[in-house]
Order: sequence, then C-alpha cells, then structure tokens
Amino acid sequence: MSQKQLLCTPLYEEHLRLGARWFPFAGWEMPLQYEGIIKEHQAVRTRVGMFDVSHMGRLMVEGGQAEEALRRLVTYNVRALPPGRGHYSFICREDGGILDDIYVYRLDHGRFLLVVNAVNAKKIRTWLEERLPKDVQLQDVQMETVMVAVQGPTAVPLCTRIIHSDLGHLPKRGCKFVPWQGTSLFASRTGYTGEDGLELVLPSAQGPRLWRALLENGAVPCGLGARDTLRLEAALPLYGQDISEDVNPVELGLTFAVSLDDGFPFIGREAIAKVMVSEPSRLWACLQAEGRGIMRPGYPVLHEGREVGKITSGGYSPTLKTSIGMAFLPPSLAQEGMRLIVDVRGEPLPVQVVRRPFYRPSR
Amino acid sequence: MPSPADRLYTKEHEWVQMEDTVGTVGITDYAQDQLGDIVYVKLPPVGQQVRQMEPFGEIESVKAVADLYAPVSGEVVEVNGELEERPELVNQDPYGRGWMIRIRLADRAELANLLTAQQYDDYIAQGADA
Repeated sequence: MSQKQLLCTPLYEEHLRLGARWFPFAGWEMPLQYEGIIKEHQAVRTRVGMFDVSHMGRLMVEGGQAEEALRRLVTYNVRALPPGRGHYSFICREDGGILDDIYVYRLDHGRFLLVVNAVNAKKIRTWLEERLPKDVQLQDVQMETVMVAVQGPTAVPLCTRIIHSDLGHLPKRGCKFVPWQGTSLFASRTGYTGEDGLELVLPSAQGPRLWRALLENGAVPCGLGARDTLRLEAALPLYGQDISEDVNPVELGLTFAVSLDDGFPFIGREAIAKVMVSEPSRLWACLQAEGRGIMRPGYPVLHEGREVGKITSGGYSPTLKTSIGMAFLPPSLAQEGMRLIVDVRGEPLPVQVVRRPFYRPSR
Repeated sequence: MPSPADRLYTKEHEWVQMEDTVGTVGITDYAQDQLGDIVYVKLPPVGQQVRQMEPFGEIESVKAVADLYAPVSGEVVEVNGELEERPELVNQDPYGRGWMIRIRLADRAELANLLTAQQYDDYIAQGADA
C-alpha cells in the first residue's frame, strides 16, 4: 500500500503530546479526537473548546482594485463590507455551481483575507490567479501562519484574558489585528460550531505558545470529529458532502451570502438570479430521527416508498441525543413537519423535517 | 493491557465468556476504543437463532457503524436491556456491564475456532483492522 505524504500543521507536536487520534483530511494529518468526540462537543456547547484549523486555506488579496476585482469573483457584495468585518460567501461558476464556500474579511480598504476550504485551497487559488487583474496581488499565507478556532460561551472572555485585548467589543463577524507577544494576531468573531467564539490567525512560530496558553486556561482541545457534530447541529454545510459544483446557493437556502441588489455582474449572478425567481428543483432540509438508528451520508430518503433524496450529512447529535441529518428534497417535501423515512441499511428510520438549525445557543 | 484470560475472542473483536452451556458476548476494549463514543447498540430479540461469525446486531458510534458477529452459534437467551438507555456502558466497561447478549451454545466444538486472550492480543499487536 502506498501512503501519500500528509502535511502537518505547526501544532502537530502539541497534538501528539495530547494523545490525539489522527485523521487524514484533504491531504493533512489532523486530530480526529483527543478525549472523545462527545466530551469535546459538550465542552464547546457549555464552556470552551479549541480547534487547530490550520488546514484551512488563507489567501490575502491586496491592491487598489482589490475590492472591484473581488466583487466579480465572490457572490457577497464585498463593497458593502466595512474594514474590520467579514461575511460568509460563495465562489461560483458562471452556471451558479459552487466552487467553494468561503469567509471573506475586509482588513482595510484595499486588503482582504479569504478563508477557503482545505479541499478546495489549490483550486480556488488557481481560479483567483487566473482572474485577478495584474495590479491586485494574491498572497497565499497558509504555510506561514496557524489558525486556531476558540469556540464556546466562554471563548471570548478566555481569549480576552490571554491576549490582553478586549475582544468582547468585536461584533459578530467583526475582525481586527491585535498585538500579542511581539507579533500581530488576527482575531475574528466567527466560527463553525453554532456557538459564540473567535478564529485566530498568527505566524506559525507563535502558534504553539498560543495553543498552550489556551490549554492552561481551560480551553479543551477538540478534533475534527467534534467539529463535524457541532457544525451539523448548527446545520452548517460541509463542502464535499453537502456542497459540490453541482449545487447552487439557492438550493442550500443560503442566499444571505449572495448579493443581487447592487446589480454587479459577479460570476454566477445570472444563473443564480434565474433560480431565485423560478423555484429550485430541490431544497436542503433538516431531518430529525423519530426512532433509533443513525442516518449517515449516502443513505436514501424515502417518501411513500419512493427515493426522494439522499442524506448529505448525518450522524448523532450529542445535544439532542438522537440522529440528525441533511438532505436535498423536492420543495414540496422540504416542509417543516413532513414525515419521511431514511433507509438505514435496509431498516426504515422515521424522520421529520424540522426547522433549521437543529441547535441555537440559548443566549 | 492484556485482554482478560477468562474468555475467548474473535478476529472481529467480540469476546465470549462461557458458563456451562451459555456464553456471554461483548466487544473488546480495543474495539470500543477504536469505535469511540458509542451511541446505539442494536441487539436481536430473545429467542433468535444466531450463527457463528454471522452478524447478530450493529453498533453505532458517533463516527462509524459496525456489525457485531456472533462468536458461537445458538439461541439468544438474554439481552442486555441496559444498553438501550446507556450504550456508553460499552465504552466504560466493555468486559462487564457493557455485555450484549447471552447465547445458549449449540455446538461446543465451535469454541475451537476462537482465539485465546494471548492469541487475540498478538493479533491486535500485529495491527488488526478495526
């Protein structure tokens, strides 16, 4: 058996010391879990957890024309983004198919940070390189930085204490650079867990020091296993499972990441606008089990004995203590309260379409 | 830690502990550790006939699902109902309260097909697939 060389993040030694169980993901050797997925999940829901997310792509787009050039390439209107703010967005093909779902942050007037999925990092870099004008610089800063997500109800006060900067003033989706240990650290009030928290980017050399400071102050190390159960409860899509180039933003129900009102002809606009005025042929819906059994990706969803869709993401919800999942369904079936069957390896599991998301913080 | 010597094992990571003609069945510590947090155990009803090395149930953890294989053939005479509410017992106490079913053995000769604790430990040390 030939084994492909996996990339390791600058925090690899830290994970090793913590006894991480590994998981190869998008060419990276990443922690799957440390103490256990459910424990880590609950730490994020009730206190604070931290994730090494250095595998995520990080691209800087800079130059006088950066705003204009980016507006053409992403679905969200970055011109409406003030410095110090970020937003969820898509990068689409002309036909509206999603090349990646990303976070775009405006750092200052002519400087943007794009956080892209690990599986798509190379593809998106090439896509941008081929389309950005010469006077706009694209810089891949992934390999010189680490990215740590600190998530949970006490994440912001914890980071404020360690970083000695009042991060509590950051609005949702807000971002800023703060000085820390002689370097500059990027902090944004964003995440992928459905919980309050921050995502931090800093030079690789300082990564282990930050990780240990967080650990010593009570942040629970969490792996990709808990990251997946947390994002599933928050009904946040995962590229490669819920999203592909054959899916458009309207079907996902995530049109808040698409700006049509400014009239700008971004790539994919025409196709997306067309789907929006007609009706998509399918909608991404939340399913909650009403019996025992766990729905997992690929399982068929049945209505009156006929297959009407497939589970894209599914599993066990530690918060709801039952199975939850997502599927693309015909719009007539993607209605709250609709009862369907998921075929769990030959056994019927009754499920109900429920409101999105499955979990919302109570505060 | 070595596996308990008072029972026999399968290469699919089940154990069976014999008492007269009835064998208590569960999964090994190695198996529960590989699976991670167990959230559902699907077991057969009492009275069902099971056959050696054929699936008698399923076990679901947060990250994966696996078949459970009968170490011996026979009739299911008891099922651990506690696992319905507390599947995590399989993680916490795989050789004790995490037991799954009791089988009335049909053919004692089948026991020769199973591994001793020492053989099982050697097998997982060589990198068994979980």
